[in-house]
Amino acid sequence: MTAIPDVFTAVEFSIVSKHYGDVRAVDNVSIAVAEGEFFSMLGPSGSGKTTCLRLIAGFEQPSIGSIKIFGKEAAGTPPYEREVNTVFQDYALFPHMNVLDNVAYGLRVKGIAKPECYKRAEQALEQVALAEYGKRKPGELSGGQRQRVALARALVNKPRVLLLDEPLGALDLKLREQMQLELKTLHKKLGITFIYVTHDQSEALSMSDRVAVFNRGKIEQVDTPRNLYMHPKTSFVADFVGTSNVINSAMAQQLTGQNQPFSIRPEHIKLGTNEFNDKQNDIIKVAGEVVDIQYHGATSKVEVSVGNQMLFMVLSNTELSEAELPKISQRLNLCWSKSRMVMLENQAS
Amino acid sequence: MQSSIINADTSKPFGRKFSNTLYRKNNLFLFLLLTPPLLWFGVVYLGSLFALLWQSFYTFDSFSMAVSNDLTLENYRSLFDATNFDIILRTLTMAVAVTLATALIGFPIAYYMTRYGSRAEKGFFYIAVMLPMWASYIVKTYAWTVILSQQGILYWCINHLGLSGALNHVLQIPAIGGNTLATSNLGRFIVFTYIWLPFMILPIQAALERVPTNLLQASADLGAKPAQTFRRVLLPLVFPGVVAGSIFTFSLTLGDYIIPQLIGPSGLYIGTMVYTMQGSVGNMPLAAAFTVVPITLIFIYLSLAKRTGAFDAL
Repeated sequence: MTAIPDVFTAVEFSIVSKHYGDVRAVDNVSIAVAEGEFFSMLGPSGSGKTTCLRLIAGFEQPSIGSIKIFGKEAAGTPPYEREVNTVFQDYALFPHMNVLDNVAYGLRVKGIAKPECYKRAEQALEQVALAEYGKRKPGELSGGQRQRVALARALVNKPRVLLLDEPLGALDLKLREQMQLELKTLHKKLGITFIYVTHDQSEALSMSDRVAVFNRGKIEQVDTPRNLYMHPKTSFVADFVGTSNVINSAMAQQLTGQNQPFSIRPEHIKLGTNEFNDKQNDIIKVAGEVVDIQYHGATSKVEVSVGNQMLFMVLSNTELSEAELPKISQRLNLCWSKSRMVMLENQAS
Repeated sequence: MQSSIINADTSKPFGRKFSNTLYRKNNLFLFLLLTPPLLWFGVVYLGSLFALLWQSFYTFDSFSMAVSNDLTLENYRSLFDATNFDIILRTLTMAVAVTLATALIGFPIAYYMTRYGSRAEKGFFYIAVMLPMWASYIVKTYAWTVILSQQGILYWCINHLGLSGALNHVLQIPAIGGNTLATSNLGRFIVFTYIWLPFMILPIQAALERVPTNLLQASADLGAKPAQTFRRVLLPLVFPGVVAGSIFTFSLTLGDYIIPQLIGPSGLYIGTMVYTMQGSVGNMPLAAAFTVVPITLIFIYLSLAKRTGAFDAL
């Protein structure tokens, strides 16, 4: 990857660490988020992604390292002097103000004349399709509506970077998918940088230009969604982004003769048939026993015990009849093409 | 169906049957739950208050020193006599001053307890705030007469710091000062503030505890400087707690009759006036009329607080 010139870098972390006592919440993290990018920070809870967001917002200060926002050192700058705005996980709307006052708040505290504030706040509410709701209190709104108010409240300030901390986490699936689409549209329309924290890998993959995968305070991989899925560098990424079978080095030794762990996606594992004979060198064959079958509508997920490892495979319910599906404790022959395997860095998983 | 449920119960012990009956008949449960406290509250608590208010309309014959049942508004009219009205004003001024002082001192302590205190520190602060309440109120007030006396520790400190000149200047200010600290309004104010402080800290602390930290962060994130966050977000959300605390300090000062007797200049307070009228004079109707004054003042105070939107955040 070529170095991005400073002018186009919205947020840059240089070897940033944040320690709480002995706990390294963020450990030696370096990232550069380009201006206008939809950048996601993905990881399980406690992996340091939210702490990174809070470091950008200014709610936390780094223990070591430098954070630059548009080339300007941000460490030591309070939140109210940063050109970033945050959409909080639980929205953090002011309960004692009505919706319009909530949205106008950022403009009011900057000393902009009252009529101008309310005019712009009303426009912002229109943008999120809540023009009629200005007089209501946040407590009278549904989760999805509060989410939009929080978005309008941040965007009315015209931030150069919008920080989103698991903003869709509290919404139900349908609403979440709709909001994902709206956020994506909004990002295209505004052209500003979005930094998006989520633990939902499908959300990160579908929305982002680039994704940083966090694990235990460190970044495992920063890449485009396609590259993360197709070419995970570590077993953690392979496992966390999509479902994948990570084959440890001991088993890899038996199968490939090489002491290097690899991953294979469930959809690339096939039921072993006579199509493949021993002469084909690019095929890996294993035998195992079915432990569990889960019905998922269009597909069924089959869990097979091979040696001391579990392999997941996905079978199509449209291609196979119920009778053709394997049964629990049935012996199965599985196979996959070597070309589908992704070699991982040799490390303890 | 009904019979089978009852049959199922017959084999069970009485306690279980009783519980199940209560479960099925919610009204019976509420009746048993509320009857004792409502009896106490209605008869003993409100009943005696209304009996007192009723007596404020009785007639007191100042010549025979006897109370008769003839109803009159004379007691209320006499509240506005110069001497009586003076008592009300004096008490009200002190109550307002004490309320403001306790709020100003209490808020930072409550804020520290909530935002910065670790669990252990919080425990320490709770005990430290409430510790004075474990000792008798009268003993503490007497202790303050010793502290504030000219041979007391406060004078000793002030002398050793070379500030006795400054103290004399302060004591010469009319309405605040006096001959000594122990006989000045300043001394009385200090003791009132000391005694009622916990009643202000605890409600404010409870209110602060309910304000999520992320609201303050959201405010800063939107560009508000700390002073703006305090005025526009924190204070409005905590104000019900401040009002609750101030009702305590305000009404406790309005009704107190011990501190004005022991510390500060002569001149009656509402509490001492009631004490005198009821005790040595035997003018129960006027004492009762005086009791209505704090109730009225607090009512006015609450409606003013409501008008400023103090309870909107509740």
